[in-house]
Amino acid sequence: MDALSTSIIDLRDVVAVYNGYPALAGASLSVEKGEIVLFQGPNGAGKSTLLRLCAGLLPVERGTAFVLGCNVQDERERIRSRVGLLGHNNGLYADLSIADNISFWASMVGASQIEIDAAMSRMGIDGSLASRSVGNLSAGQKRRCALACLIVRRAELWLLDEPHAGLDAKGRDEIDAILREASQLGATIVVASHEIERAQHLATRNVAVVAGRVQERS
Amino acid sequence: MSTSPNIARVARVVAAKDLRIEMRSHIVVQQVLPFAGLVMVMFAFALDNDDVLQRVAGGLVWLATLFSLFIVVQRSYAIETSDGALDALRVAGVDSQGIFLGKSAALFVQLITLELLLFVLAVVLYQVQLSLAGLVLLVTCVLCATAGLAFVGTLYGGLTAGAHGRETLLPLLLLPVVAPVVLSATRATESAFLSGGAVLADGWPWVGVLAVFAALFGIGGLLSFGALIEE
Repeated sequence: MDALSTSIIDLRDVVAVYNGYPALAGASLSVEKGEIVLFQGPNGAGKSTLLRLCAGLLPVERGTAFVLGCNVQDERERIRSRVGLLGHNNGLYADLSIADNISFWASMVGASQIEIDAAMSRMGIDGSLASRSVGNLSAGQKRRCALACLIVRRAELWLLDEPHAGLDAKGRDEIDAILREASQLGATIVVASHEIERAQHLATRNVAVVAGRVQERS
Repeated sequence: MSTSPNIARVARVVAAKDLRIEMRSHIVVQQVLPFAGLVMVMFAFALDNDDVLQRVAGGLVWLATLFSLFIVVQRSYAIETSDGALDALRVAGVDSQGIFLGKSAALFVQLITLELLLFVLAVVLYQVQLSLAGLVLLVTCVLCATAGLAFVGTLYGGLTAGAHGRETLLPLLLLPVVAPVVLSATRATESAFLSGGAVLADGWPWVGVLAVFAALFGIGGLLSFGALIEE
């Protein structure tokens, strides 16, 4: 990466293999701080692979890839600690309350009670909801809890795979509002979604992923 | 920017989380402890001979512990995999050695609780005798054996966590590996109980075997757990 570059994600001609198949075939992409970027494309196009590569979960076979200024090839652990990847699962403990789940991640990174309270406040999690077991929550409430965990983890780059999946209209609106606010507060957000219309409304930039290649769209 | 938590912090947080989940769900208290107790009672009825029971008491305690180990380990990883929490830890770059130590510590506490009940039952049901020197041997044996079982259980639980048919795969893989623990712990416990003409001094070499086993799997787990849970 260029020493003066401020790009949060900087991929150049990246080739990557996932589960034995070449999932990215020369992908190039630049994402700047505070952007909300939408990855759109058909199933198997490489959207999730691109997210996993940006999360430091996949090695780069060819090309260069920098995320948050770290080389994906040999600084994957550093990237992982600064990136939040939210896939189809929420990564929560069903037997614990929302507050316990958030406190768990806060303890991992040494976040304070003030940060926990702020994260819950941003997610609209009040006292009575905070004490409820995650197993008894709706899909939307679980997703809000998972996003609160990303906040207390101080994730700088949010990588979200189908964040609207399984949510009703109200839940989707809530997630959109949360993502916009997070972006305004400095988080960079990349969303892979099938729900093009909704995600386009949310995103500041659209990127088509087709056959492992990235194409910018206006 | 996120901070990199050290191994001790991760271990402490993971262990506290696992134990808190147990406190909330009561799986060990309401299901595993009664199961292990039932195994002990069933053996007592099946053998129905005080002399035989006193001689095999140590072995029965460790067999009941072994059966319960499978349930506790399955449970320990079910909470991690049901909503992708283990994946979330891995994706977040949480230190895998800390996760291994934390889960092992939580498993250790749960197994110790279980064994305490089983030994009380052995004294009551099988009427075994225990001297002060025997108690020292027994406590040392229990600590070493439980550490070994906790390390192996955590390691193999992580190995099978994402596998199809993990419920049956785990006992299949775990049984041969923990056989030395069950054998050594049984011999040491027999010496502590002075059952079947056993001598107290004969128990300590078996405790040594248990300590070596625990150390080997503790170190092996620390070195390999990250690779096991990695994709």
